[in-house]
Amino acid sequence: MTAPHATAEIDRVQPHLPPPTPPKPARMTAADVLRVGGSGLRSRPMRVFLSALGIAIGIAAMIGVVGISTSSTEDLDRRLNALGTNLLTVTPGQSFTGSQASLPEESVAMIGAIPEVENVSAVGRIDANVFRNDRIPEEQTGGLSVSAARLDLPESVGLQITEGRWLNGATSRYPAVVLGPKAAEQLGIYEAGPDSQVWLGGRWFTVVGLTAYNELVPELDSSALVGWDVAEDELGFAGTPTTIYTRSEDSAVADVQSVLGATANPENPNEATVSRPSDALAAKEATDETLSGLLLGLGGVALIVGGVGVANTMVISVLERRSEIGLRRSLGATRGQIRSQFLCEALLLSALGGLGGVVLGIGVTVGYATSQDWATVVPVWAMAGGIAATLLIGGLAGFYPAVRAARLPPTEALATT
Amino acid sequence: MTVPSHPVVELTGVTKTYGDVAALRSADVVIRRGELLAVVGPSGSGKSTMLNIMGTLDRPSAGTVRIDGHDIDRLSDRELSALRAGTIGFVFQQFHLAPGVPALDNVADGLLYSGRTRADRRRLAERAMRRVGLGHRLYHEPHQLSGGEKQRVAIARAVLGDPPLLLADEPTGALDSRSGAVVMELLHQLHEAGTTVVVITHDRDIAASLPREVRLKDGAIEHDSAPGAALPAARLPREAVR
Repeated sequence: MTAPHATAEIDRVQPHLPPPTPPKPARMTAADVLRVGGSGLRSRPMRVFLSALGIAIGIAAMIGVVGISTSSTEDLDRRLNALGTNLLTVTPGQSFTGSQASLPEESVAMIGAIPEVENVSAVGRIDANVFRNDRIPEEQTGGLSVSAARLDLPESVGLQITEGRWLNGATSRYPAVVLGPKAAEQLGIYEAGPDSQVWLGGRWFTVVGLTAYNELVPELDSSALVGWDVAEDELGFAGTPTTIYTRSEDSAVADVQSVLGATANPENPNEATVSRPSDALAAKEATDETLSGLLLGLGGVALIVGGVGVANTMVISVLERRSEIGLRRSLGATRGQIRSQFLCEALLLSALGGLGGVVLGIGVTVGYATSQDWATVVPVWAMAGGIAATLLIGGLAGFYPAVRAARLPPTEALATT
Repeated sequence: MTVPSHPVVELTGVTKTYGDVAALRSADVVIRRGELLAVVGPSGSGKSTMLNIMGTLDRPSAGTVRIDGHDIDRLSDRELSALRAGTIGFVFQQFHLAPGVPALDNVADGLLYSGRTRADRRRLAERAMRRVGLGHRLYHEPHQLSGGEKQRVAIARAVLGDPPLLLADEPTGALDSRSGAVVMELLHQLHEAGTTVVVITHDRDIAASLPREVRLKDGAIEHDSAPGAALPAARLPREAVR
């Protein structure tokens, strides 16, 4: 030990020594920031799991809604592609006087003359009813209709035959009928053949065929279709088509649609209604978009609640870890480094929830899509958006606790045991 | 000893008040490089306040504090943090080890804010662990260590980067006498190796066993066993200011 007076010597010279340059805090590497941020999570796994779960549920709900509605849209597109979107129908509208208009007999041939039209067919509604037998009262039609069908109808509308066969040149002249699936069910007919008879227009008709459900032309599902000739000969059918079905080249559908009315009924183009069944089908499927919006909103609310959970966890974490904050300050952490530690922790926490939510949401989508026989489609933007949303929420939720942690005076932090 | 250098700690007329209460009143202390001393006093005497001020964890209400030559009044909070990272090692009564983290990583965190790479920190941590006699406990977690071992881990963390100043706040306060003796022996060894060690304690026996003793009572220095070290020089700037 040096004697006291020698110390005094040194101390007197001290004011002449140049003051040292102020020390500069060192930057932490990104890896260290992540490691320190993650250390707070590792020590409290249960709490981390629960607060990440809140975020995960919100994200899962949103991913699920987007995934399911995308998968459903994708499935509809696939179905429409299979059914074809080039089918157009022409029906008589109302005349100016308000009475039911009719299409001229020759309209089918005139539509067939449009160059872009690939094929054309028609049905004509007959004022007759079909019953299981001759003892059913006349008024109990069961909502079934009877129409005369041209022989080329299956090609135009894509009609599938499940039992027996479609009408042909011979059977169309005789009392033979092809039933749509709803009509068959209602009449209790499960197979085609000479034993299957229905009471149609006051006489027995033999069921020669049954058709499958047709999504594009659902009105055929509850129809009994008979040949054009037998309808004119036996059922008082005037021979005027009530619905014309036509398919055109895909690129020309819009053009054909615009001239179809005038072609079908040149004298009164306004009395022909032209529609595109695939549009109607798409519109029908699109009606659940409001529900999707509602569910999406609910997912958003869950996400915000999850964010509040993260904020709560972080506030508690800061309160509990005052001595750790004090220690880190004594080890030389700047306020900024403490702030980024807790911000990083909040971001990791919510990112964990976000990833879990994306996985969960994909799981929900796969489950639902599989149950509906759809292919699973989860858009990348939804997943990226989900993760981005969690990071935003984590940043917002962690900001206040992180600032609080950084503002804590080191002595106060260390004083708590 | 012939090269003039800044004292490690230089408190000049340091007063710290909390509201109306003066926790520390006009304290003058100079601690030179390589000293081993005790700041001793009963609870409420101002020991902890003095430790906080020496450790730059708190700023004085009045007076001048120089640590390793830096006037802390002129340093920003960021610069003070950097000063703590490079110049001051702390040892606390409650050890403050991170639970569930191996001793080696607890020690390595002593240089977390120094700008050294992780590999470097771990290498130094292993060396420091061997230095405190815990080379066989590198991967033990705090709950697997005895109180004395925990405090030695905490000391290893404090001296990892060879700071010129080691502040030990009641380092034996939570230990039985045998572990306490081991810890004190370790502090002696560090002192012999050149580290400036300040032990804050209420234990008069420990204080008496150290080369220098600064006794506090009611916030004032009652006795300094090396008064010549502090008083004459300390008065100079204070009179100049007033």
